Amino acid sequence: MLRATLIVGCSLAGVLAAGSCASRDLRDLYFGEALYQANQGRYFEALERLDAELALHKGVDEPQRDSLQFHIGEAEFSVGDFELYYRMHLRAGRAIKAVLEGAVDESVRNEAAYRLARIHFQKDQAADALLALDRISGKVPVAIRDDVEFLRANVYMALGRPADAAGVLKRLQSAQSLTGFAAYNLGIAMLQEGREQDAILQLDKAGQLSVNDAGPLAIRDKSNMLLGKLMLESTDFTRAQQYFDRVRLDGPFSNQALLSAGWADVSAQNYERAVVPWSMLAKREITDAAVQEAMLALPYAYSKLNVHGRAAVLYSDALKSFGEELTKVDASMKSIAEGRFLKALVREEIQQDKGWAIRLRTLPDAPETYYLMQLMASNDFQTALQNYLDLDELRRKMAGWQTSLDAYEDMIRLRRKNYEPLLPGIDAQFRELDAQIRLRMEQRNHLQQRLHQLLIEPRPDLLATADERIVLETLRGIEQSLEKANAADVPQLQERLRRLKGVLTWTLYTSYPQRLTEAHEHLNALNADIAVLNKQYQEFVRARQAAEHSYLGYDDTIKRLRTRAAESLQAVNQLMAQQGHLIETVAIDELRTRRARLEVYQTQARYAVADSYDRAAKVQGNSAPPDSSQAASTGGSR
Amino acid sequence: MRMLKKFWLVTFAAVAVLASSGAGAEASYREQMKGLDEQVQEVKSDVLSIAAELSRLEERLLYPSGTHLAVFVALAPRDTLRLDAVQIQIDGQPVAHSIYSFKELEALQKGGVQRIYTGNVASGEHQIEVTIAGKLDTGKDYSRTERFAFNKGVEPKLLGVTLGSSELQLGDW
Repeated sequence: MLRATLIVGCSLAGVLAAGSCASRDLRDLYFGEALYQANQGRYFEALERLDAELALHKGVDEPQRDSLQFHIGEAEFSVGDFELYYRMHLRAGRAIKAVLEGAVDESVRNEAAYRLARIHFQKDQAADALLALDRISGKVPVAIRDDVEFLRANVYMALGRPADAAGVLKRLQSAQSLTGFAAYNLGIAMLQEGREQDAILQLDKAGQLSVNDAGPLAIRDKSNMLLGKLMLESTDFTRAQQYFDRVRLDGPFSNQALLSAGWADVSAQNYERAVVPWSMLAKREITDAAVQEAMLALPYAYSKLNVHGRAAVLYSDALKSFGEELTKVDASMKSIAEGRFLKALVREEIQQDKGWAIRLRTLPDAPETYYLMQLMASNDFQTALQNYLDLDELRRKMAGWQTSLDAYEDMIRLRRKNYEPLLPGIDAQFRELDAQIRLRMEQRNHLQQRLHQLLIEPRPDLLATADERIVLETLRGIEQSLEKANAADVPQLQERLRRLKGVLTWTLYTSYPQRLTEAHEHLNALNADIAVLNKQYQEFVRARQAAEHSYLGYDDTIKRLRTRAAESLQAVNQLMAQQGHLIETVAIDELRTRRARLEVYQTQARYAVADSYDRAAKVQGNSAPPDSSQAASTGGSR
Repeated sequence: MRMLKKFWLVTFAAVAVLASSGAGAEASYREQMKGLDEQVQEVKSDVLSIAAELSRLEERLLYPSGTHLAVFVALAPRDTLRLDAVQIQIDGQPVAHSIYSFKELEALQKGGVQRIYTGNVASGEHQIEVTIAGKLDTGKDYSRTERFAFNKGVEPKLLGVTLGSSELQLGDW
């Protein structure tokens, strides 16, 4: 049975992308900032922000009053998502497990279980993926319901349970988001089950789906390719031809389809028909393996049609092209060995869009990439390339951090230089002012207490003016003097004294309420001034603290960060070298394989061109005068 | 002709041998890549932790809470304004200016919030002026300027400006 590839992931990635990054009713600006970064594909920055926010949230005394509390479920999910996008599957798995094990709503737990299952599946841990899926029960969010089942089917397939997978996939045939994918995978499940006829019928349906998006269109082509190959295997060349014809001429499978269509014709001994797809294919991008094969297959078909002159010319062209391609491959290998491939990879302008790997080909000075398109499209190589780029990004960041740390140290040094000589003088001056302030505050407190006492126990004498107090003292002195005097007019004077005291007492008692009110008003005015004083006092204390905090307490942190950054930089450099070396080795290995293949083709073309010229000459010799042999060399022998 | 056919068979056999010999190496490379991938994940984790600590240090050193002011911009939900640029002035001084790429605009439209400015201001009353330029869904040019007063206390101040085609709103967080 032909090896058929299961289609996974396309729609899952779409769901994930649309999932958590669309918060509308936002309460936490920093969470919004993390989303802003993530929405631009800047997952390092998004994680940096969100990690910091979550750490702060967990550190506060009352998390329920923190603004992140409103988004906490989404934030914890987003961490896992961002980690997944940033290719940190191990941490993403841990983050999602934490959500799964927390006290969360049933639908949240089910979504977490689904995401965990997806991570396990992506890491080829199908049994663990199934365990995670088995934890899903009860309410499943509508947005992921079909994806959960699709993943379950894929897990069954990976575990060698195609019958179970087929059962699940049958139920998904009407799922809009899985159009094409579910149909194709059902066909594959049936094939694995050994139900070949059912599989052919199912793949036939998948191969005729009316779809417009790139993903489903590619799946449709893939279904037809697989059907064509199945028909070729069972020697039903006519049907094989029909299926290959269904494959789009501008899709990712078109080259393979054209090549296979030609072989189907050749197998049916319909050489004339084989010339059509192969002629078309032979004009395409020569670095494609199918095109190279077509360059030999096409003259082969002509030779079978006894058009040996044309075959000879085409073999000759192929021979020339293969020679040129070998030179190109050699140049590519040399270029890679010189490190130019890795240099091309880290060029920023080619990483601006998702198809950056494909755009590499458009670089005029990067011949090393010409033969690596297929390799670069593979998942493992993509991961390796992305890791290399991520490491390069980390290296740049850390180089920037070293500069920042230098600047911070300089800033701290300048602040220390500025503040340290000033602070002792300021502190001495402040201590003096502080003593005065404390004294005045005590006086004010005393006044307040006395006024408060006057409300309970009125004492008009205490609110006498300074003049009145002098008068009172004078009257008391006179009174004492009169007590000791013996003169005749003493009683008269004492009477006058009583009257004067009476007038004063009258004034004190009658104006007492007014005076008490005024005293409180003055106290309130004093309180307002004291409030200003307190504010200034607090501002001074804060400014004083800020001045000290602006240069004290950073040394250990900076030292630790320097050490950690230096260690990480070393690790990054080492990993980059290893990753880069592996990428280069794999790339050179791929080129060697392609080179060896080209050499085989070249040898065949070399033999075939001579053979075809001989045959052309023979045909010419049999059917035309001897001097017309020149026609064969120009390809016009038919 | 028979010879030619034989040659084809030899060719494809040779190509098949090349392909099968590559399969073993591929498995070995895959293992190596997997091992490296795990190490890369670990180093990413370390670097993220350093970044978080560095970010805290930077905030403490450059923007002490007593003077810390951060201005964020967000797009009003479901607004069709095609935002081109935003300019922010604090107390009459231009402090931030942003011109939006398609990617940035899309990030805002999906609910992201951009921190457009982080700086320091003294406690007390201040004024922020926000100017936006863009295009309405009718294709017409659109620009608008709004001024808002805000009070800076002793704690960090976060201001969120919601941009839309009908109004600009200042939110206090």
